[in-house]
Formats: sequence, C-alpha cells, structure tokens
Amino acid sequence: MNMNTRPKLTLDANEGVAHVAYRLNEVMAIYPITPSSPMAEFCDQWASEGKKNLWGTIPSIVELQSEGGAVGAVHGMLQTGSMATTFTASQGLLLMIPNMFKIAGELLPTVFHVTARAVATHALSIFGDHSDIMAMRATGWAMLGSASVQEAPDFALIAQAATLRSRIPFVHFFDGFRTSHEVQKIEMLTEADLRALIDDQLLAENRTRAMSPDHPVLRGTAQNPDAFFQAREACNPFYAACPDIVQQAMDDFAKQVGRAYKLFEYFGAPDAEHVVVLMGSGCEAAHETVDYLNARGAKLGLVKVRLYRPFDSKRFVEALPRSVKTIAVLDRTKEPGAAGEPLYQDCVAAILEGMANRWGNLKWLPKVVGGRYGLSSKEFTPAMVKAVFDNLAAEKPKTHFTVGINDDVFHSSLPLDHNFSTEPDDVIRALFYGLGADGTVGANKNSIKIIGEGTENFAQGYFVYDSKKSGSMTVSHLRFGPKPIRSTYLISRANFVACHLPMFLEKFDMVKPLVPGGTFLLNTPYSKDEIWSKLPTPVQESFIAKKAKFYVIDATKVARESGMGGRINTIMQVCFFALSGVLPRDKAIESIKYSIKKTYGKKGEEVVAMNLKAVDNTLEHLHEVPVTQRVNGSGDLLPPISLDAPMFVKDVLGRLTAGEGDELPVSAFPVDGTFPTGTAQYEKRNLALDIPVWDEKICIQCLKCVAICPHATIRAKIYEPAALANAPKSFKSADSRNPEFKGWKFTLQVAAEDCTGCSLCVDVCPARNKTEAKLKAINMRPQAPLRLPERDNWNFFLVLPEMDRRKIKTTQLRQQQLLRPLFEFSGACAGCGETPYLKMLSQLFGDRAIIANATGCSSIYGGNLPTTPYAKNAEGRGPAWCNSLFEDNAEFGLGFRVSIDKQKEFATELVKQLAPQLGDDLVNGIVNADQSDEAGIYEQRERVTALKGKLSKFNSPEATLLLGLADQLVKKSVWIVGGDGWAYDIGYGGLDHVLASGRNVNVLVLDTEVYSNTGGQMSKSTPRGAVAKFAAGGKAMGKKDLGLIAMTYGHIYVASVALGAKDEQALKAFVEAESYAGPSLIIAYSHCIAHGIAVDMGVGARQQKLAVDSGQWLLYRFDPRRTERGENPLQLDSLAAKAKIQDFLLSENRFKMLTKSKPDSAKQLFAQAQVDSDRRWKFYQYLSGRDLKTNGNGQAAPQPAATVDQQP
Amino acid sequence: MNLTTTYLGLKLRTPLVAAASPLSEEIDNIKRMEDAGASAVVLYSLFEEQLRMDRAELVRHLEQGTESFAEALTYFPEPESFHLGPEEYLHHIAKAKKATRIPIIASLNCSSTGSWTKYAHQIEQTGADALELNIYYIPTDCTLSAAKVEQTYLDILKAVKAEVKIPVAVKLSPFFSNFAYMAKRLDEAGADGLVLFNRFYQPDIDLEALEVKPNILLSTPMAMRLPLRWIAILYLRLNASLAATSGLHRATDVLKTLMAGADATMLCSVLIRHGVQQISTIEREMVAWMEEHEYESVTQLKGSLSQKNCADPATFERAQYMRAISNYPLPSINR
Repeated sequence: MNMNTRPKLTLDANEGVAHVAYRLNEVMAIYPITPSSPMAEFCDQWASEGKKNLWGTIPSIVELQSEGGAVGAVHGMLQTGSMATTFTASQGLLLMIPNMFKIAGELLPTVFHVTARAVATHALSIFGDHSDIMAMRATGWAMLGSASVQEAPDFALIAQAATLRSRIPFVHFFDGFRTSHEVQKIEMLTEADLRALIDDQLLAENRTRAMSPDHPVLRGTAQNPDAFFQAREACNPFYAACPDIVQQAMDDFAKQVGRAYKLFEYFGAPDAEHVVVLMGSGCEAAHETVDYLNARGAKLGLVKVRLYRPFDSKRFVEALPRSVKTIAVLDRTKEPGAAGEPLYQDCVAAILEGMANRWGNLKWLPKVVGGRYGLSSKEFTPAMVKAVFDNLAAEKPKTHFTVGINDDVFHSSLPLDHNFSTEPDDVIRALFYGLGADGTVGANKNSIKIIGEGTENFAQGYFVYDSKKSGSMTVSHLRFGPKPIRSTYLISRANFVACHLPMFLEKFDMVKPLVPGGTFLLNTPYSKDEIWSKLPTPVQESFIAKKAKFYVIDATKVARESGMGGRINTIMQVCFFALSGVLPRDKAIESIKYSIKKTYGKKGEEVVAMNLKAVDNTLEHLHEVPVTQRVNGSGDLLPPISLDAPMFVKDVLGRLTAGEGDELPVSAFPVDGTFPTGTAQYEKRNLALDIPVWDEKICIQCLKCVAICPHATIRAKIYEPAALANAPKSFKSADSRNPEFKGWKFTLQVAAEDCTGCSLCVDVCPARNKTEAKLKAINMRPQAPLRLPERDNWNFFLVLPEMDRRKIKTTQLRQQQLLRPLFEFSGACAGCGETPYLKMLSQLFGDRAIIANATGCSSIYGGNLPTTPYAKNAEGRGPAWCNSLFEDNAEFGLGFRVSIDKQKEFATELVKQLAPQLGDDLVNGIVNADQSDEAGIYEQRERVTALKGKLSKFNSPEATLLLGLADQLVKKSVWIVGGDGWAYDIGYGGLDHVLASGRNVNVLVLDTEVYSNTGGQMSKSTPRGAVAKFAAGGKAMGKKDLGLIAMTYGHIYVASVALGAKDEQALKAFVEAESYAGPSLIIAYSHCIAHGIAVDMGVGARQQKLAVDSGQWLLYRFDPRRTERGENPLQLDSLAAKAKIQDFLLSENRFKMLTKSKPDSAKQLFAQAQVDSDRRWKFYQYLSGRDLKTNGNGQAAPQPAATVDQQP
Repeated sequence: MNLTTTYLGLKLRTPLVAAASPLSEEIDNIKRMEDAGASAVVLYSLFEEQLRMDRAELVRHLEQGTESFAEALTYFPEPESFHLGPEEYLHHIAKAKKATRIPIIASLNCSSTGSWTKYAHQIEQTGADALELNIYYIPTDCTLSAAKVEQTYLDILKAVKAEVKIPVAVKLSPFFSNFAYMAKRLDEAGADGLVLFNRFYQPDIDLEALEVKPNILLSTPMAMRLPLRWIAILYLRLNASLAATSGLHRATDVLKTLMAGADATMLCSVLIRHGVQQISTIEREMVAWMEEHEYESVTQLKGSLSQKNCADPATFERAQYMRAISNYPLPSINR
C-alpha cells in the first residue's frame, strides 16, 4: 500500500488508540478513570453519532458502575463471542485483576487499552508509571507496550491481531499523560490496514467457541486437587506460541504499513559495551540520547521491550550485542522489598538462562544492574539517560539505583549533569504559560495541527496542568522540527516563551528556560513604552543577560474589542506565528483562519467572525520592546507562600508551589504520606480581579454570603466593642443586629488575597440599597487597589476573638455562620457548589471530625499537594482527613467508627477500673457525660484534661494505656464524604452496607449529578435528559433515588438538601444528622461547572433555587427519631413546584445542549422529566402525609420496623 | 353563512386566524387549530437574537473550564454538529405545511438587516404561504429621531419585499407619532398587510426582591379597543390588508373588529387561556349572532362601522375622548 494515502493527523495517543479500538470491537464496557477516560469518551461519542466499526455496525457501549463491573461485563461479552474491550488505568486496572485471571484462564481473546498510571500508595497520583501494569503481570495476559504516540495505535492493531491468533488476552499499555496526552503528528491506519491484519476467519472461530444454548457447554467449574494443577498447565502451548505470533503480527504490520517492530528491539552501536533496557515512553528519550552520544563517539545501546508478557527470554538475549559488558534495566515502578523491580528480575533471569543455553551472542556474563526512574510521570531526560550510562561505565556500577531524584536518605540516586542536553538546533521549542481555560492549550493544539498537517515538519505538544481547579496555570511545551521528535520530556531550553497572564511573570521565573537570543512574548495592559520598568527586576536582568528579543501585546484588549471576552487564545496564537517564523507569516494567518472556520463553524457564524476579527486586529498591536541596559524593575519575584508560614510549609510546600518540587530531596518528605493541615492559608493566590466589598449600612447581617462562599473567604464575627481598639483605619464594623448580642460589634470581612471573585456571595445577598437598588450589602469592586488595606484588615479580623461556641444557636444560620470554618481557601473551582457544605460541616463539627473522603473532586481540592484547606482552630483541633480509595470510602469510614467506638469503650472500662484513684466525681462525670451539645462536649474536654493530668502522675499499666486513649472519651464525629460517582455507582455496595450496619456514621454525598473530577461522565445520579460524557445523546433513564432507597431501611437519617435554595433546611439537616446516634445520609445538591452554568459568575445558588422551585430537586428530612415518637419520620421541606421542569432544564447547558444536538430526543426526555417530577412529588407528598397513628384502615399502626442499634 | 375573507391575498375560510404564540411550537397544536376552525396559522417568531444568544451561550459553556485541569480537559461531549441556525424553524414550517391544509404564515424577528432578507428567503423556500415581519423594537436612544426609527421599518420591509414573492405583513406597535402616516408609508413600501398591534413584554417591579422582572400578561378584552380604533380609521385608506390582534377573546370582539374593517382577526391570549378549541366556539357564536341579526357574510360586515361608514366618524378621533369623559358616570366619593 502506498504510504502517502494514509492520513497524517495530529492527535494524542488516547485518540489514536480509540480510533483502532472502536473499529475493531463490537461491544465495550467502560468506566472513567484518568488518564484513560478520553478513549472511552471518544468511543461513546462516535457510537452516539452512528459511526460504524470495521464490519459495518455501530459498537454497543455500556457504562458500568466501576472497573470491577466493566471487566465483569467484558468477561460476559467475551464468553458470548463478541469482540469486546475496555479502557482503564491504575486502581481501575487493579479492580479488574480478578476477572483478568478468569479471562486469561479461559483463553478469551481481547485487548484492554491501559494508560499506565501510578497506583496510590502513600499518596494518589494520576500520572504515569508502570506500577499498575506490573500489578497485573501474574494474570496470564500478554502485555504489549507502546512507547510513542505513533506506536500506540500501531500496537493497538498488532495486539488485536495477536489476540485473535493466539487466543491470549492482551493488555496494550502506554504511559499515562506522557504518551496518552502527548500530541504528535502521526500516520493513521486505514481500514485496509486493519483488514490486512484482522482475519475474519479467526473471528468466526471465536464465535463457534461462544456460550450458546444452541451448543451448550459448561465453563467456570470448580476443580479439586486431582484436576486443577494439570488443567492449569494445559494452556502452556498457547503461551509458548504467543511471542512468535506477536512477531508475525508485527511483520505483517510492517509489510502492510511499512513500520517494522520487534518484540525486543535493539538500537545503537553494534559493538556497544553498555546497554540500557526499558519499556514505555522512556525509550524515546533513551533512543535520542544513545543516538546523540554515539554520534559523538560513544558505543552505547538500548533495548526497547515491546512484548513484556509472555517474556521471550531467548529473543531478549538474542537482542543483546555480543560486545555488551554492563546492562542497566530500568523500571518505571517500585516494589519495596523485592530482590529488584520486575523488568530487572526478568532480564537477570533471562540472561542467566541464556548463558546456560548459549542463546544469542553473549560471550560472557554481563553485569546487570537495576534502577528506578520516572515514577508518577517524573521527568526522564537525556541527562538522566546519560547518568545511567555513566554509571554503567563506572568501575563498580551502582545497582538498585534511582535516577531523576536526589535521594539523600538512602543514597540510591545517580548524580546528574544538569547541563547535558541533546536538543538539536533544528527543532523550534516554544513554551506558553497560560491561565487555565483561557484557551491557550486549545490554541496550541491547534498550532500543532496547523504545522503538523500543513507542512512537512514534525510536531509535538505536551501540556502541564495545575492541581488547582481555579486560577490555575497551564504550561504548553511545543516542539517543531524536520525529523521525528523523540523528546519525551519537558522543554528546558526554549527559543520562544510566551506569558499569557501578566501576573504569572511576577511569580514564576519564566525567563530561565529561554535560550540566549530567544524571543519572549508578554500579554500586558502596559504599552511598549511603559512595560520595561513594570517588569520584576530579575526578569529585566535575565533579558539583558540573554540578549532576549522582547515583545508585548495587550491581548486582553484586542480580545475584548473583537468580541471575544477574556479568550486571548487566537490573538496569542497569531503572535506566536508572527514571531517564531515557523511558517511564513501570510501562510500562517491563512491557516489560522482556515482552522478557525473548521473549529468554530458548527458553533455559529458569530464565533467564527469574532475570531477572524481578532486575527486581523492582532499584528498592529504587537510591539517589540527594546531590551535596554537599565535595571529599574518592580522588585523581586513574589514569594510563593507567605513569609510567616511555618518552616516545613515554606521550605517544602512552598517550593512545590513555586514549581521547584523536582529539586526537593527525599529527606524533605514525610516517610508515610502524612502532612500538616491548615496550609492553604499561606498560599495567597490573589486570583480575583474583583472582590466583594461590604456596605455595613445596608447589611442585615443574615450571613447568607458567608454560608455560600465556596472558599471561606468572606467571614463574620461579633465581638465586644473594646476589641476594635487597634483596628486598622479602613477596618469596618457595625452594631450587631443580633438581639442576643446587643451592644456588640459586627464585621463582615473578606480575605482579599484568597477570594476567587466568583461573586456567589453578592448573588445571594438579599439586602438592597434603598436609593440605588442595583447595589447590595456587598458589591464587587476591583481587587488591586484594595489588596494591601484589606490584607491588614483581614489580619486584624483574624485576631478578633472567636465567639464562644457554647453561646451559638447552631440551627440559626445567622449565628451558626459565626463559627470559624476549618475548611478554607481550597483549590476548588471558583463558585464551587460542593465546598460550602464541607465548610458548614467544618464549622459545626470540625473540631471533632474525622473524615473519610472518596476519591474525586473533594479529595483533590481537599488533599492534592501542595497545600490543604483543612484547618485547625486556636486549640489545634480540626478535621483529620484521609482518602482511601474511590470504591471503598464508606467502609473506610465505618472502620474509623468501629475503631473509635472500641477505643472509647476500652477507655471507659479503664476509667472505671481506675475509679478508686481518679475519684467518683470525675469518673461519673466522664462515664455519664451528656455530649449532645457544645457545652456538654466542652465540659467533657475539661474532664478529660483533668483526667490526663491525674493519669500522668500515676504509674500503672492501666494509666499508661488510658493516657493513650483518653481523648476518645470526647465525642468524635465520623464523616464519610464523596461525590455521586462514589455514592451512587462505584461505592454504592459499600455505602448500602455501612448504612445498613446501624453504626453512627454521617455520610455526606456532594451530588453534582455527574463525575465532575474526571470531566463530566454520567453517573446513576445524572438526571434524565442531561447530556454528559457516556450519555452524549442525553441520559435516557431517570435519576436513581438514593434517599428513598436509604429510607426504606427505616433506621437511617436521610436528608436531601440544597444550600443555595434553603440554607437553614440544610443546616438543620447537618445538625440533626450528626446528633442522630445511627447512620445518617445527607444528599447535598451541588451545582457544578459540569452543569454548564456560569459557575464563576455566581449563578450557582440561583440554579439550586430553580432546581427546587421547579421540583427537579426535593428538599426533605427523614428522621427515625420521629417514628419513635409516633410521628411521620418524613418531613417534606419543598413546596409544590412553582415552575415547570423545562424552565430549569433550559437554564443549564447540560440539558439545553440536547435541544441543539438532538432536538427530538430533548423534547421527549424533557416531557418525561416533567412526568418524573410530578410523580416524585406526589409520592413524597403521600409518604410525608401519612398518619402513622393508623395503618390507613383505621386500625392502630404497627410498631416501627427498625430501631437504632445504639452503639457505645 | 359565508365567512370567507381575503387576507394578504390569501382566501381564508373565516377571518379567525391563530396569532403567533408559543402554541404553534407544537405541530399537534397547529393541527388542532386547523381542526377547531382556524383559517390560517401564524407561527411563533423566529428570533435571530435568540439564535445568536443561544450560540454564544453554547460556546461559552462548552469552553468554560476546559483545558485547565488534567483530569477534566473538557466537561461535555461535543457532537459533530449542532442545530443552531434557523433550520429548526424552517423544518417546523415544512412540517406544519405537511400536517395541515390551511395557510401557514411564518413570523420573523431579526436584529440585523442582512439577516431579515436571508431568513425571509429561506422561509419562502421552505413553503410558507406568507411572512409576518415582527419588527419588535423599542428605541431608547434619546438622540434617535422618530424619522430614523420609521425609516428602519421601511428599510427592512423594502429589503424583504425585494427578496421574496410571498405576501409580507408587518406586525406593529402603536407607538408612532402619527400611526396613520406610518401605516400609509408601509403600505406604499409594499406591505401586503398590517397586523395591529404587537404586545410587548412589560417590565414589572418585585417589591419584595426590589428587582425589575419582565413578564407578559395575557390580554384582556379591553385591549381590543386600540386595534379597533386604528383599523376603523385605516379602513379603505390603504391597499394593504388589515389584521386585528390584541384582546380578541369573544365572538363579539371579532364581530366588532370586522365591523371596524379588519380582514382577519387574530386570536392569541384566548387560546392560551382556554385552549385551541375556543376557535370553534367563537366561530359558532359569531355565526349565531350573524344569523340572529340576519347578516349573510363577513364581507357584508366588514368595515360597516369603520370611520368612513359609521354615523359619527369623529368618534374615532381625539375629540370623542373628551366627550367620553364627560359622559362617564363619576363614582360617588361615598360609594
């Protein structure tokens, strides 16, 4: 076949693999997990568009409740003779392992595509390494690894061909993010290529083996000692044949497509003495380095491992050059306690076996060392490859080493030459620092397409994102050159650097990667004449030293004038092309315009027109600024973290914040993943352009703003007037309007440097200015001029005394919100709908809360380094927080409860035993303490302090034991927190079990009705008619009623709340849930960016209200204690609908876009949604209206079905 | 009884036409209107501004938060195509035409001149029998003269007339310095019909929330007095047909506007409030009244009490206002 007929596209490996997988399968069972989700999303999308596979039919795709479910479904699909697949990574792959053993044991052909990702250990990581695929290597699956974006679809096809021929199931893996998300120009495979490799006869044979009542068989038997072992060995011929089959498939592929691969592929000098062995994306960087060093006289080699299982020891040994003396086997995983990492062990075993059997060319036994690199996508650079080779050349090469980190504890790391670089001069390297969602990344992906598809150049793009969801920085790394690009590492020497947000220049050293004479482009509101003196001094100095070419544009202004709002992407893209010279200017602009029409055409002519206008408006605003020799800058770069932060926060977390984490040594980190809380307060991110400003004369002191603030940046205190003595001049106060604090002062204070500017607070403010009704009691005003005075005001506010918790009525919002939040300044999206609930939880119970947090948004903004929003009060108490997994969170929290209860029971026993020494008063006080309110808890804490004081003077084993347990005598509040993906889907089984257990746990479901964290996939909570990923055609089924299911038990406290709709109802639910001695479930409606609402513009609470007013969301509380009192346990807190469901649906893009994509489905699903809502309302009205004193027939009602299992 | 009338050159079985309203968003409703006796249906308006807003909103929401967090590079699936233009409306016209035998009149509201002609052309191509221009526009610029405002109406009409061959009606508000003059100029510019009058969304103030909230109130029969007067005045002064809309709730309202000179009477609020069936009730009562009063046809009724044909033409002019007041029984202060 003529290679030129194959389309060359610029895309990432996920998309490339999805193209192949989609066309070669009939059925798929999917579940989202980063970084594999896009593959499933593409397939689901194509199926909803009616695209057909290789055999002319549209694949059926089903989303499951977990990866465990997905693999079970695939197992069923395979047993019934279908070509089936799934996509996964990390923990998801681990959940598939049990079924993978079965699938392999039954010789069922399939290929799973895995974006290899770190497995959570001391911490979770979404990034790439081989710890997941290494965990499944015992399953009996073949494992084929691709090392580049081009190899990924190639190997997807080769694996599919090989599985059909060998009957052995395959995992096709490639490195998470580094390959899955790297954009490259690659050659796509055509239908003819797929047909050439896939034999329909084998497909037919596979069907004849399928389970069918027409030719019934029995599988999945149980076998005894007499049979199992022999039967297990029966598969050996298949494994023995597999490597040859894969090589044959590779050879067939080479014949058809032209790209040749080997199971173990040797590159480098034929007479190399030092050889590195590795697999995955690291091969590319190693290949580049070997080529570079050999061209300069070295004799080095590299073995790329393609087929890892079955491991063909003979072929591996044969791949090694005769001359080899030392070999380094690099593993991208860690197996603590092992004799060596897995690939290393395999290679050592193979070489020994090879020597014994005289395989290959080996003259002598080479020395083999093992090393670890690249965990969690840690950079793997040519400097590191060189370090490995240098080690091999040493007299006594280090083994079990690490490379790429500074291990100052165990001294495993190899020294690095940081100046070593293999980057060729003919590659243009560009770095772009953008603000998340400003379109920078999208424009860069577009630029790569323009260059990749419009010229002969090769192109590569890799994008680094922030761990924060608001105000985050993205860094785009782009390379363009005449030869294939193997640089699978970040750019450290750029010819072109662009800073798209001026503020970033004040924080990060962006000139550092610029090569001498390189070009720096800055988006700034300052003119070319003004800008020089506004630059930070180190930036000026670097420009001068590097003789940089410096350009400015006010892209924000150009964008605004072109009608693009804050989207500066197109403008900055034009500047890049104009300055980089990668294409002739006219051709570049023509290409940009063409791609604008292509990208935005379907979204309407206006969008196209304003982008075109922006292109035309750009160049006249682009100006070169002469780099003078005068250093007169604005001062040093801003510190990444407050200078008053504790040492660990400054020296470790601060460097992570500054982007210098790679330089931290091993000793800087805790050994067990334990970090201090209360650290987000030191970040001072200064994200908001506008912040709320309080008008004390208008304010009615309702504190709705405080309650809704997602980032705890607007707070109130009531205090005695004397406390104002040293107040800063601009500090505001008013007389307290709270009758119980008459004569006291009230202040509403904004943390100007922590606020994200979402304006939710302003939107919920009910107070209006009497003479100018557009003004409220808080109004958004520019942050910059307020930053310094408000910093002083905030600091003063913090030292004002906190209200005595015992004096606060916790069911009145205006008092409850005076409680200090112990969840503050998280990295959640601006305007987040989840975090106000967590903040409320932290205010009410934070000083005694222990939180089990399911993986998801709440675990990311709650626990992603560098800092955490969970905080401590003045006494040092605050929420203790931990994330176990996604699927087990309820069980994890139950574990807390059982353990704490036992410790309390034991402590109580010990207190009683020690009564003679402790005195009856103290003992009785402790044992019989009423801890149902703040006062009771306060008194118990006092008693425990007294107890500990006494115990410290005793010298008995019991006293020592009790001293370690005494704190458990004070009430502990166990909270199990997670999203709907956890509660409705993957964790539902466990949640159900934990709720059924009757134990005193509180479950908070932050219900965004979609998998928010992984980018909006459908969950069982997704309402009918909503468009989500995996429900591209609108969800056809209704939302699962989790609350109703829980209520059927009778003993579970259940509440459905929406803080934005009825805040005090939500508050009551929290207080009641926690006070209930059994299990409680709060289902909290959380508006979300994934709903398609202007979440960053403060509409969230309004949407919550509309959801409730239309009957889309019901408010209720089901309290089993009411049953015990003979009352109906269910209180319906919603009123009958005031609006139509459609009014709500059309106000959110998740529903409205269905009217634009599938109008007929929208009509039908929306009508059904109204029917759902009417029915639900009637049913709940009936349930809440039942008279429990009779059974409906005039007879006395039966006794309550269940009572609370009282725990100690 | 001969109820036929001619409106925009279209021969209608009766003067009872369903006015533009959300009811016509459903093809089933249009069929029901025909079954209930509507002689023609004006479809709900195609609002260009709405289309533009929808498109802008869609783009914003599809882009919001994208490419900024590694686990969620997007939040929505993006289909290959969207229905964002007027296709849906055009499709609706075609469906309505297919489902009924009565004339289907499309209604159009645009915000730019180019769009008026583009969409008018597309509407004609789809098979609409006529087009109603809903020039929905509230000038608020203090420096904009009445002449300029009027010229805008005329320009739009001329541009559309130059583009299409189907009859074109203009739906108007009464807010012109001299409505008769305006009507005349539109007539001269080629309007095939005038529809009197449009009712706007009117802002209201929520006293509790201290917010201004726009809402539409369904008309009451009182509202028909305004079209009644102007139709009576314009009768036989223009070539264009005249349609009355606003406040036509009962057979008597219809009879009155016909007597004033309307060629067609358009029903809206009454259908929303009481259902599409009300058309047949009105027709029945109309026929009963005409039989009782020995009328033979609508033609006979039409214009019989217009300004030209009534006993006291001045009643329709400003002077009668004074008399009306002086004749009005003043309520007693004690009552």
